Amino acid sequence: MPVEVNTEKSIVITQTINLPKRSKFKDFLSILMVNKAAMVGAMIILFYIFIGLFAPLLAPYNPYEIILEDKLLPPSIDHWMGTDDKGRDILSRILYGSRLSMGVGFAAVAFGSFFGIIFGLVAGYYGKWVDSLIMRMMDVMLAFPGILLALAIISALGPGLMNVTIAVGAFSVPLFARIVRGSTLEVKRLEYIDAIRSLGANDFTIIFKHILPNILSPIIVQGTLRLATAILSAAGLSFLGLGAQPPSPEWGTMLSNGRDFLFSAPYIAIFPGLAISILVLGFNIFGDGLRDAFDPRMKK
Amino acid sequence: MMMFIFRRLIQTIPVVIGVTFVVFFIMQLVPGDPAVLLAGEGASKETVNAIREQLGLNRPLLVQYFDYLLNVFQGDFGTSLKNSQPVLDEIMVRLPITMELAFFSIIITIVLGMAAGIISAVKPYSLTDTSVMLVALLGISLPSFWFGLMMMYFFSVKLQILPVAGWDSILHVILPALTLGAGGAAIVARMTRSSMLEVIRQDYIRTARAKGLREHVIIYKHALRNALIPVITVVGLQFGALLGGTVLVESIFAINGLGRMIVDAIRMRDLPVVQGGVLAASLIFVIVNLFVDVFYRFFNKRIELN
Amino acid sequence: MSEKNSPILEVKGLKTHFFTKHGVSKAVDGIDFTLRKGETLGIVGESGCGKSITSLSILRLIPSPPGKIAGGQVLYKGKDLVTLSEDEMRKIRGNEISMIFQEPMTSLNPVIPVGEQIAEALRLHQGMRKKEAWIKAVEMLRLVGIPSPEKRAKQEPFQLSGGMRQRVMIAMALACTPEVLIADEPTTALDVTIQAQILELIKDLQKKIGMGVIMITHDLGVVSETCDKVAVMYAGNIIEHAPTEKIFTNPKHPYTQGLLNSLPKIHEDQEELQTIEGSVPSPYNLPAGCRFASRCPHQKPLCHLQKPDLIEQNDGVKVRCWMYTDEWTKHTEKEGAVK
Repeated sequence: MPVEVNTEKSIVITQTINLPKRSKFKDFLSILMVNKAAMVGAMIILFYIFIGLFAPLLAPYNPYEIILEDKLLPPSIDHWMGTDDKGRDILSRILYGSRLSMGVGFAAVAFGSFFGIIFGLVAGYYGKWVDSLIMRMMDVMLAFPGILLALAIISALGPGLMNVTIAVGAFSVPLFARIVRGSTLEVKRLEYIDAIRSLGANDFTIIFKHILPNILSPIIVQGTLRLATAILSAAGLSFLGLGAQPPSPEWGTMLSNGRDFLFSAPYIAIFPGLAISILVLGFNIFGDGLRDAFDPRMKK
Repeated sequence: MMMFIFRRLIQTIPVVIGVTFVVFFIMQLVPGDPAVLLAGEGASKETVNAIREQLGLNRPLLVQYFDYLLNVFQGDFGTSLKNSQPVLDEIMVRLPITMELAFFSIIITIVLGMAAGIISAVKPYSLTDTSVMLVALLGISLPSFWFGLMMMYFFSVKLQILPVAGWDSILHVILPALTLGAGGAAIVARMTRSSMLEVIRQDYIRTARAKGLREHVIIYKHALRNALIPVITVVGLQFGALLGGTVLVESIFAINGLGRMIVDAIRMRDLPVVQGGVLAASLIFVIVNLFVDVFYRFFNKRIELN
Repeated sequence: MSEKNSPILEVKGLKTHFFTKHGVSKAVDGIDFTLRKGETLGIVGESGCGKSITSLSILRLIPSPPGKIAGGQVLYKGKDLVTLSEDEMRKIRGNEISMIFQEPMTSLNPVIPVGEQIAEALRLHQGMRKKEAWIKAVEMLRLVGIPSPEKRAKQEPFQLSGGMRQRVMIAMALACTPEVLIADEPTTALDVTIQAQILELIKDLQKKIGMGVIMITHDLGVVSETCDKVAVMYAGNIIEHAPTEKIFTNPKHPYTQGLLNSLPKIHEDQEELQTIEGSVPSPYNLPAGCRFASRCPHQKPLCHLQKPDLIEQNDGVKVRCWMYTDEWTKHTEKEGAVK
């Protein structure tokens, strides 16, 4: 990443900044492909996106339809994952649930990363009191253990998947802010930032055109790993009854429902949990693979 | 060293104030007029106004906040809307239980995590290493509430060797502590492994070998001491995730701790209890972080002479 | 042969190869030398020639995948170190054969007091009790010239300067009075002023203890100061092996000549520094013939076909070059005849 800069020739500067991008991407892609585990992770994620998108076509039954005669059926050929206490086909509900989990996950991370990146960039770039102020605020948010911050927000806003998204997104903000700030500080120290500034670029351009593209890799890695946690947290909040409400086929809600039937019909709880676990596993494996691919030590 | 402790203590103050601020203002997000909510359905306008006067809800928010802050410092965390008892009393009853659970869980996190990490690091890329890391990957991916339920199903229902719920004997601790501690153990295992691998590559380990020291001395005396330094901070952070996780685990295993108190209060819209509970948990976490930082500093005096 | 000059370490045909996904790296590919009591042997060469790997091989410190001692013997007191069990090898390391490394900043454990790092070797190899070992450790610090050794022994490496840390390394290595000291670029990472002090120290202690020293370096200046004999390494082989003055006054191998030519000369007016054209062959892909041939100003077809052996000349100098063999004169005659 360190770029040799000859400050006397501005043409050299722009060229040397643009060049590394393309070969870096190819480089990175080839390392990623070699990491088979990362490919597995990507496959899993794509699979879930697929079933979520095409749920209406793939689901054998209506996930909301209550057929009381068919209640609590164990897995069979008619119902691959059995039915729940209201006769609803579990497989269909799992397929539809993918939309909800993926949706909440991506929305929460998008929300959290958006604010987190902005806070991090501003704190890292301007430094001094701006930095102290922003990072103190982030420290406060991080002082809340685990999902308690999200819980507090939900308790105020009320249950519902939308509020869960906001709550989970909120508690991602400080994590992104910290990482982005750190990377910004590193990049800021590179000489070429001074060079560009001496050519008259304004702060906005510097931050968004020059610093941001160079710190994307840790953001992407963190984003992927946060997706894993966000989905877990959202499911957890739904499990507590604070997220998607029944009859929504959200996996956490299904688990909570299945809890009452753990002894008689354990499959009601097993399958949603399995669904969550595999998806989160996919994100974690992929995130790990990404991190290895971006790690400069891996490049020969 | 004392200077550091002092400075660190000073640093916690704005954070604590910030936490109370956030907790207070989040509660303000509740839609609707609190006085109306308190007064109940069909209350008359006078009753509502009277309540508003009585609770000082007509004053500017900032004033209400300072009032709240002062109360907190005096130990008044508000009153429960459901049973009109001081929230702090309820917290004091529940807190020891949660602390016990947290204690056992963190032991599992540390012991299991470090052991797994060391075993993996000593034989990198071997079958042992890959399997342990695979299990660790599962550990961070499985939802704790599901894991807890599954364990409950197997051990309490099918095998009948552990009790389902409650908190009376040491047997009651096993499943909840395992559920709560497993996720952290997985993270600590991964961190310990990568830290050990990093350390084992260092020149001073090569020097230790060149001196003819035995392998276990090299691992436990020379490598581990260095490798564990970054792991300490991870453990500290994990304690936070653990405290947050009590919310789920206590609900599953029907344990009367702080976490369950908060969840039940949210369901019953008993906001002062939620507020008080979240505040209490956060304060504990802040204190724990302080200890971890001091502990870390004690072992890493190199930072001093940077 | 007097007792003073009896050989204590004999390396015969040592080969250390690395088996990686890129192929096999023949880092050390057939090394022979003998170290005598009280003698200092220098091993010189540029980075990558295999000199450090040679020293690590002697102590069997090569990381075992991917590296492996693929052949040869290392005879110490009649025992072949290559075939010794790991347990027996450990008894030799730090005790009878010691090593000091290039980077004193990173070669000492940052969280353990330096006195303890010396004492643990004493407790292990000499069976000393804690108190005894500590006292001896402090003594060693005094011996290597560290002021206030009692205080320093309790300190951690970050509290000492680079020069002091290297002294600690030396103290650690010599605590058990080894027969052989391997010094791998001991002064490269130090200031020039400290370099001289450290080299003096090693020489002094060598005289006191009577050990053999293998001095590994790329710095010809260090060689001239400290070594009795020199082995010049190139691409995993020794290409010239001679007493120090002979190397400097009459270098035989073209590579050695090139090395000496590239040193800046104070008394001459130089426009450019002389370099040797070309680059070292990759250890993954070594040529069949002489490994220096492609860069050699005297290269002939013969050189590319077959690798010359290390042959002792009349004046005791060993050199690995076709120019000093009978085949050479035959070859050049042939050429002359063709022309």
